[in-house]
Amino acid sequence: MLNDKSVNKPQVRPGFGRGPGGHGHMSGMMGPKVKTKDAKGTMKKLWKYFAKQKGQYLLVIILVLGSTLLSLVGPLLIGYGVDVLTAGKGLVDFNKLFTILIWMGLAYLLSALMNWVQIYVMVGVAQDTVWQIRTDLFAKIQTLPLKFFDSRLHGDIMSRLTNDVENINNTLSQSATQLIASIITVLGTMGMMLYLSPVLTLISLIAFPLGMYISLKIAGNSRKYFAGQQKELGMLNGFIEETISGQKVVKTFCREEKSLETFSEDNQKLKKVGIKAQIFSGFIMPVMSVVNNINFAIVAAVGGWMSVKGMITVGVIASFLNYTRQFSRPINEIANQFNMIQSGLAGAERVFEIMDEKPEFEDNAGAPEITKVAGDVNFNNVSFGYKKGITVLKGVNIVARAGQTIALVGPTGAGKTTIVNLLTRFYDIDEGTITVDGKDIRTVEKDSLRKCLGIVLQDTYLFSDTVRENIRYGRLESSDVEVENAARIANADSFILRLPEGYDTVLTEDGMNLSQGQRQLLTIARAILANPAILILDEATSSVDTRTEMNIQKAMLSLMKGRTSFVIAHRLSTIRDADEILVVNGGEIIERGTHKELLEAEGFYFDLHSSQQRKIS
Amino acid sequence: MRKLAKYIKPYWKQAVLAPLLMILDVATNLLQPAFMAKIVDVGIANGDINYIIKTGIIMIGIAIMGILGGIGVIVFSSTVSQNISADIRMDLFKKIQSFSFDSLDKFKTSSLITRLTNDVLQIQNIVVGLMRIAIRAPLFCIGGIIMALTINPGLAAILIFTIPVIVIAITIIMKKGFPLFSIVQKKLDGVNGVMRENLTGIRVVKAFVRSDFENKRFETANKEFKAINVQASRLVGMTMPVMMLVMNLSIVAVIWFGGIKVNVGNMQVGEVMAFITYMTQILFSFLMMAFVVIMFSRAKASADRIVEVLETEIDIKDTKEASEEIIKNGRVDFENVSFRYTGAGGEPVLKKISFTALPGETVAILGSTGSGKTTLVNLIPRFYDVTEGRILIDNKDVRDIKLHSLRSSISMVLQETNLFSGTIEYNLRWGNETASEEEMIEVAKVAQAHDFITSFSDGYNTALGQKGVNLSGGQKQRIAIARALMKKPKLLILDDSTSAVDMGTEARLQVALKNMLKGTTTFIIAQRISSVLAADKIMVLEDGEIADMGTHEELIERCAVYQDIYRSQLGKEAV
Repeated sequence: MLNDKSVNKPQVRPGFGRGPGGHGHMSGMMGPKVKTKDAKGTMKKLWKYFAKQKGQYLLVIILVLGSTLLSLVGPLLIGYGVDVLTAGKGLVDFNKLFTILIWMGLAYLLSALMNWVQIYVMVGVAQDTVWQIRTDLFAKIQTLPLKFFDSRLHGDIMSRLTNDVENINNTLSQSATQLIASIITVLGTMGMMLYLSPVLTLISLIAFPLGMYISLKIAGNSRKYFAGQQKELGMLNGFIEETISGQKVVKTFCREEKSLETFSEDNQKLKKVGIKAQIFSGFIMPVMSVVNNINFAIVAAVGGWMSVKGMITVGVIASFLNYTRQFSRPINEIANQFNMIQSGLAGAERVFEIMDEKPEFEDNAGAPEITKVAGDVNFNNVSFGYKKGITVLKGVNIVARAGQTIALVGPTGAGKTTIVNLLTRFYDIDEGTITVDGKDIRTVEKDSLRKCLGIVLQDTYLFSDTVRENIRYGRLESSDVEVENAARIANADSFILRLPEGYDTVLTEDGMNLSQGQRQLLTIARAILANPAILILDEATSSVDTRTEMNIQKAMLSLMKGRTSFVIAHRLSTIRDADEILVVNGGEIIERGTHKELLEAEGFYFDLHSSQQRKIS
Repeated sequence: MRKLAKYIKPYWKQAVLAPLLMILDVATNLLQPAFMAKIVDVGIANGDINYIIKTGIIMIGIAIMGILGGIGVIVFSSTVSQNISADIRMDLFKKIQSFSFDSLDKFKTSSLITRLTNDVLQIQNIVVGLMRIAIRAPLFCIGGIIMALTINPGLAAILIFTIPVIVIAITIIMKKGFPLFSIVQKKLDGVNGVMRENLTGIRVVKAFVRSDFENKRFETANKEFKAINVQASRLVGMTMPVMMLVMNLSIVAVIWFGGIKVNVGNMQVGEVMAFITYMTQILFSFLMMAFVVIMFSRAKASADRIVEVLETEIDIKDTKEASEEIIKNGRVDFENVSFRYTGAGGEPVLKKISFTALPGETVAILGSTGSGKTTLVNLIPRFYDVTEGRILIDNKDVRDIKLHSLRSSISMVLQETNLFSGTIEYNLRWGNETASEEEMIEVAKVAQAHDFITSFSDGYNTALGQKGVNLSGGQKQRIAIARALMKKPKLLILDDSTSAVDMGTEARLQVALKNMLKGTTTFIIAQRISSVLAADKIMVLEDGEIADMGTHEELIERCAVYQDIYRSQLGKEAV
């Protein structure tokens, strides 16, 4: 393999040109080194994935070996060819030259072919492996308990699912094979050179330690500046994110000038350290280039001297010139490839951390399904805390007979939503029992339990698909007519029809093309479609104005008939018709009764209620 | 891309010096093989050891000279690219600061952030790449061809075959590859989209027991992504083997035809050796140029997105005659105001709104979602400009008042609470940098925030995470209200800003506000009737029009919409 001797040529990798997601190598950006905590363990886990395609990976390694070794033969044959030419005018032995060149052509052809097949196969296997990892990861995410999502930043999980997996892919399809190729090239070249002339080998390698030393020094320095740059970049990006997200507030307070000042300062800081980082890291290129050129000169001169002395032929010089050039590049790259593999491993480790998370409590073996639920729900002395030692609910007792509406009221943080989290078994209780139709919910199959619960939550979840499909989410097998009926009951019909494409309007990823109230209506329609025995409405109408809410409530009332309903609301008006109102405060039920009873009791509920009514009377 | 070219101007000296130094660098690289040829053809052929050593030393000298060029290129290219990206970033940020709400809505926060961060970085990379590679490759190519021609024009004819082969191969691969990669990107967005949706919607997924459904949805996205990615990567993966093959086979050709020429006496061995080196340099420079094209195409998208922001017209700005007077009384008149969002068709959001708010009055605005409440109050500080009619403050059209004077006398608490990382005090002082501590505490007390603030161990020095993550919704809203009160505004606008505050606290807040805000004209948008009972005027908005306006007592008598809302909240028996 003959290479241009300039060091700063781009490294062409099999995956070059991939979308913006890929890491361009010309960026001159090298992140700070990432270390794996348990490289061995991570490799073992990765191995499980490789093992499934052992054969193909083996093939890839054989092909890499073959193509690299074959390419090493090239320069040797160039030398032989040159030797034939040294015979001079009229004396060139064309038969011999022809044979050499045929071999040379064959070697290069075969090498290129093997290289191509290797890339072809590798891309396939690597993508298969990464595909498998991604699928497993997603399936795993589905099984994880809510606790996992509540205790982690979504950004962090997201980055593991995307960047880290992509990192594994890059490592697999590029760095790993290239590392093998680089090592073979270095060793093979060394061997070839020693075979041709040990003396010239020693001499031609004189400049290398010098170059290595300088580049290590530079790398050390630039790492320092890169860390600084990373820090400044993080600061600036943080500031950008915060300011732009709050841009409207910035404007209401006329803080534009002020934020410009801060930005300008941070920006300058980033620029200063950025220049240094880039210069320092860039130095490696010209330094390696000069080392290469000096080598070239030394080989030419010393080789020339040796050739005059009859120690070597001119062809050996020609071979050497090519070998030394081929020698320096992989040495530069090995360090880089190691870093890439390291960061790939670190990514893999972060991915496997998720894979190793404990899944949501498994059903007890043979837990029966619960179907045809009447809707009796009992909480017996239920206590619960999200963290050990901090109880959120203390000795809660609730009796809801089939078809009743139970309302939960109380200040924020009182534990209302927690009660919902427990009934759905998003979390498991610490003490007491919760029963549905007399069956402890921990003894029945979790999925069947959730299937008989219909939940409308504070946070709306709509995915990027049509309005129709979003509603159908409530019951996948329902017909279009049923979907539209549900929308009508939820009073969502009229605004849906006003959307550009009606029921077939595609929602943007986060449903941003709808107002908060409209999104709520869709999720309510979804719950209506699900037709559950037990209904849970967690502040479901909080983002809808009261008139719309009243309309929804009319629909809700007819929906709630025959179903056990739990309604959480901070607007008292919405719950006055409940069969029982539970006032929750500090994790305990402090009052219970009907609206009328509670008013007569003149307790906490009365206070809440009168704060709303005070000025009317 | 061209539109960003002006950013190079301030640094044109360095930008020109870099390629000049590059010539030095490239020249030293090109000279080496020529000297090497001399060593072989003169030194070795004549057995002249002195000549060999002398030439060797010259070569080392040249190599060392080359490093000057190389380092210079690095220094200048780094300086220029970092400066340019800093300048662009600054201009972008400045531009966004001057955006009206309209432009902010149009671009979306996340997209603006990407433009400021990733896209600028892309530009920075292309500038470095341009200065380090894009200029180097053609230099190498041309220099190499010249050297090859001087050695032996006949042999250089080989290039006539190889260069087109390389160019065609690269072009085909890129032509086919580019569209593929944009599909890859789309499919990747799809995969990531499903992931993100599942993270944010995990409760619902679990509640509806839809893991299987989601798994299937993901599998589809994931499969599509894999298939197209394999196809694209395989295609592009051909580049290297093809390149190497062409290059190596042309070396074979050089040796063969070189051999013929040597045999005839037209050429010497050293020249053949040098020729091989030039050949590889020339061919590699084509590969580099292909890279530059790829870089450009990637950066182009970024450049377009940056320019789009930079070229957005600032639609709300001061006129020359605008008055700097600050608002003294706080009388607000709407005269026949209509409003429509730019680009939105259909009915206007507000239709012929006319009313007057006297100094010190409290005007409450009620209405269903989408009736235009928020839009109406956003017109007062000129976050949007009216489409028709006019808004007067103290009898002066708001468009004739300097934005800064206008907005610094108006305080507004937005529906969506935004706090910033820093201490609570830092956040409060957004309203007023120079307020005394007593003033700050007093305001916090009015906003019913003092008690919970002091319950934190660091009190007012408690550091808030980004967006105030460590506070509850109600707490955030109360801090936002306190922040607005710090301004001591002549006009206060509360846009549904107590929705997360529990009712008991809200009642106390209202009493305290009432006492503090004497002389301040106040607009309150609210959902609950209880929040607006005490207002001097209650405006009922319906589909962008004023359905009625009056006191609670008047409205309960005559306004059907109001009665509806009232009933919906208080239940029938209360009427």
